[in-house]
Amino acid sequence: MRTMYKIAIPIVVVAVVAVSVFAYQNSLPMRTITLNGAGATFPFPLIDKWAAEYHKIRPNIQINYQSIGSGGGIQQHIEKTVHFAASEAPLTEAQAGKIPKTLHIPITIGGVVPIYNIPGIQKGLKFTGEVLADIYLGKITKWNDPKLIALNPGISLPDQQIIVARRSDGSGTTFVWTSYLSNVSPEWNATVGRGTSVNWPVGLGGKGNEGVTALVQQNPYSIGYVEFAYAKKNNLAYGYVQNAAGEFIEPSIESFAKAADYAVVTLPRGDESWSRVSIVNSLTDNKQAKGAYPITSFSYILVYKELNVLPNIDEVTAKALVEFLWWAIHDGQNYASDLYYVPLPPSIIKHNEETIRMITYNGQQLLK
Amino acid sequence: MKVKYKNKHTVFPYLKWLIIGDNIFKIISALFASTILLLLGLMVYELIKGSWLSIQTFGLDFILGTKWDPAISKVFGALPLILGTAVTSAIALLIGVPISLGVGLALSEYIPKRYGFVISFLVELLAAVPSVIYGLWGMFVLIPFLRDYIYSHIRALFGFIPIFSGPIYGGGVLTAGIVLAIMIIPTVSAVMRDLFMIVPNSQREAIIALGATKLETVKTVVSYTRSGVIGAIILGLGRAIGETMAVTMVIGNRFQVWPSSLFDAWYTMSAIIANELLEATYDLYVSALMNVALALLFITLVINILSRLIVWRTLRLVRGIAKE
Repeated sequence: MRTMYKIAIPIVVVAVVAVSVFAYQNSLPMRTITLNGAGATFPFPLIDKWAAEYHKIRPNIQINYQSIGSGGGIQQHIEKTVHFAASEAPLTEAQAGKIPKTLHIPITIGGVVPIYNIPGIQKGLKFTGEVLADIYLGKITKWNDPKLIALNPGISLPDQQIIVARRSDGSGTTFVWTSYLSNVSPEWNATVGRGTSVNWPVGLGGKGNEGVTALVQQNPYSIGYVEFAYAKKNNLAYGYVQNAAGEFIEPSIESFAKAADYAVVTLPRGDESWSRVSIVNSLTDNKQAKGAYPITSFSYILVYKELNVLPNIDEVTAKALVEFLWWAIHDGQNYASDLYYVPLPPSIIKHNEETIRMITYNGQQLLK
Repeated sequence: MKVKYKNKHTVFPYLKWLIIGDNIFKIISALFASTILLLLGLMVYELIKGSWLSIQTFGLDFILGTKWDPAISKVFGALPLILGTAVTSAIALLIGVPISLGVGLALSEYIPKRYGFVISFLVELLAAVPSVIYGLWGMFVLIPFLRDYIYSHIRALFGFIPIFSGPIYGGGVLTAGIVLAIMIIPTVSAVMRDLFMIVPNSQREAIIALGATKLETVKTVVSYTRSGVIGAIILGLGRAIGETMAVTMVIGNRFQVWPSSLFDAWYTMSAIIANELLEATYDLYVSALMNVALALLFITLVINILSRLIVWRTLRLVRGIAKE
């Protein structure tokens, strides 16, 4: 027995050392690279999925994304503490003026939909922008208002007070929703305006998409607005909204993609100012935009054009970041539909390709 | 004396090191203790720095203003938030204090100690539940229950009184008060129990000897610790005022000076910070939220200091008498 140990132990020791030296040598070129990102909560499930999938293809790359909100993401970007930020709103002129040139890369498309809870009425109630604005201004207070009846012939709308639900927390969803209402209603534009939070004239505030969802589900005769994915996942009845072409459009992945497609002609180059970019704005007067759902928006990834401005980055990391972004706008889009995100239409992928090619490190283009 | 001390050193040379070690430990402990003060100081400094822009822009109007418009006029006033915080906390006390008093008295006067610990344990367990859990429970369980089985009946019976009229959403001022009441009960009842327990038995024996009933004995116990009980209530008030997550999930978050009824939605100081800070998009907006935080910190600090002082004073007083 003793002698067996005497032989076996050295053999095991030698084997372990040999294997670990071999593994160590092999791991040297495969240095683990962590890409840090922060920002909007809306694209978080998608980016999280990308992180997991990309790690399978490139095991040495870890993507660490914290969903702290668009405002927080932009702040981190300005302070240069993350490699990339995600935001539902483009940088404002004031924000962009403070920092080195930043590129905007639309990574997915979201739609905001009106949801309601009227016993006996399914999805498909028709709304115009004006009617939605009047409801949220407190001017239309009952479901059987003549304006609603005129839009929905054949549906018996109840004589009930409308309970209005909206977000209480600052959010990109609210920004898109209030942008739309501002565009379609001069009164809304003058008295409430657009913003991540606004001075709401009426309504109950729920925290997060789930808070608004709960308010609508619990209160019969209520109306609210949420990201499309929430309406789908929770089986909420959602309304159709009239676009500038006069059609009542059912919110769907296709009608959002179409909206983005019409907006692409208005997009600036990736390194120009994006502060005015808004699918909502570009569709407001576009009478040709057939089939496009009007309350649609991009979700962006923000990166510096010259990555060397980040304090803790080297060329390998910069290259990894650019390759990840390239993957995200191509193969990454395959994961979008399952999570109720809208895959980017080809026109926007092409636009993004040009943008990603602009990224440099020490003046050297990273992707040819 | 001095010679003897020196001798000791020659006999036990390591004693000197022991004494030095003592001093080092003292300094280190003092350092750690002072970090708390430093932290508080830094917090106040940061909040004042952060809210300076808002203080300069609005001054006293910030406290008295009734408009919160981040989108168009960019005017911020916190009066509705302060009122909302005060009223929901008051409702919480109105509901929570009698229950806490009952729990405290039951544990100290009525239930035998060997069973009482079970109840103490359960009540203290309530304090360990994270507030977001109370919020979720409030949102998905309490709100539908209150709306369907309680509020509609209250309105049917007392609807002629303005505060019980108007539309019922489920969430709102009263619901927030109820959730807050549940959250302050563990703290308040635990302090009350400790206060009643410390009343010397000689007092109870004395009053019983005079022929008092149980109820009269209990009344004596309470009046004996009166100021401490008030301190416990203020302690609960401090907790209610600062509570954030659970409140924002049930109060309805409507910014208005005064709600139309107890069923209407309202807003509180902590709730608006939690809701809007992350997406506040320009400097004045952030600064206004910081200003709310500063006001909130000031109010809670004053309330907590006050309540601690009262509780301590009573405990010391009662213990002092007990020793005699």
